[in-house]
Amino acid sequence: MSEERIQSEKMAIFLKGLWKENPVFVMLLGMCPTLAVTNSVTNALVMGVATMAVLTLSNILVSSLRKLIPAQVRIATYILIIATFVTVADYAIKAASLEVHKALGAFIALIVVNCIILGRAEAFASKNSVGKAALDGLGMGLGFTFALFLLGAVREVLGNGSFLGMPLFGERFQPVTLMILPGGAFFVLGAYLLLFNWLKKRKAEKEEEKIVFFTGEESI
Amino acid sequence: MSETGIPIQAPPSVGGSRLMLAMGSVGFIAGILIVFTFQFTQPIIKANEKAFLEQSIFEVFPQTAYKKVFTPDENGVLQPVAEDAEVPYKIYACYDAHHALTGVVLGASGQGFQDVIHLIYGYDPRQQAIVGMKVLQSTETPGLGDKINNDPKFLSNFKHLDVRLNSAGDALRAPVTLIKGARQNNHQISAITGATISSRAVARMIAQSAAINIPLIYKNLKRLEEAGNE
Repeated sequence: MSEERIQSEKMAIFLKGLWKENPVFVMLLGMCPTLAVTNSVTNALVMGVATMAVLTLSNILVSSLRKLIPAQVRIATYILIIATFVTVADYAIKAASLEVHKALGAFIALIVVNCIILGRAEAFASKNSVGKAALDGLGMGLGFTFALFLLGAVREVLGNGSFLGMPLFGERFQPVTLMILPGGAFFVLGAYLLLFNWLKKRKAEKEEEKIVFFTGEESI
Repeated sequence: MSETGIPIQAPPSVGGSRLMLAMGSVGFIAGILIVFTFQFTQPIIKANEKAFLEQSIFEVFPQTAYKKVFTPDENGVLQPVAEDAEVPYKIYACYDAHHALTGVVLGASGQGFQDVIHLIYGYDPRQQAIVGMKVLQSTETPGLGDKINNDPKFLSNFKHLDVRLNSAGDALRAPVTLIKGARQNNHQISAITGATISSRAVARMIAQSAAINIPLIYKNLKRLEEAGNE
């Protein structure tokens, strides 16, 4: 395989989590933290980065040990590995900022049951090299963080009138309290899914029009 | 056969010792990682918690120059203890630069809307009133229940919360109570609209703690005042 092809394959592995296979907007995975902690941008970013770190590190360890772990105990082993890195992330966040740890509450521990992490360990890291598994973890983690940020930004601005804790509007601003409650998360997520599906459909239609224009035949 | 008609390949048979070895090895790596992280982060976490408590005490009594820690013995006498002593209940006596007692900081804990809330409040013996409150730990609903941390209107309840004692000095003259709407008396706490459960939890914690501890401080007041010069 040429050097160029290897590089483009690595880039494709990294980028697919960001958009094409985005864990939240395309695969609809990890909904629990997505809906629960995106009430502010800070919470969303910290949860995204913590998940990305756990995802990347567990992918690396699963890939490193893939030939040593028998298939019969693979899921139990992956859970053990993921739980270890979640505990590490929990201590790290607590050491970095008590305030942020307080704000995220039980949701840090619940990263263990985030299906993105177990899904990537089973579907990708257990079948690929360490380098590729790390890239997959980073890409998927960044995609997850990006999605959480988008949700957190809308919810904080509308529900609290601030961005990253900084007030945006005057005292007369009436916050939409629903936005920072779980119900608001469903509304915002639904709106994003509607937008992204519409964009996807429009893109597909434009490509279809191009094919018709060049070949003169309508596709079936 | 699977539901899709594709035959499922059974994994190759592996001996029990191999399974145990694999699980044991991963468990060993996991243990090493957790112990290493714990050892590394624990001093930082403890320092963070200590700094947060110090800062919170200073916020309640800004004129504090130094503080001393006390714990009640079985006879209800406050005994000085080291700051990091492992005792069930700590009372922080705060002193200014002239060794005068500026106030006493007490802790309280109780069930909130989602989890246990930990807070501290400052008692000024001269005013016989609670003069400040700070939530140390809570996981109340962001945007609603967590207003107990930062809502100026709610926090203004604790700028002067009357906890005067009766003539015998063994009980509060009027218990601390929660009220919906504006407070009518200085021993009332006005609840946060939309976060009644969280505000009720705070009011209940302070009411229960004050009912026990304020008479205790009154009884030991001279002792606390003299400790500033020691």
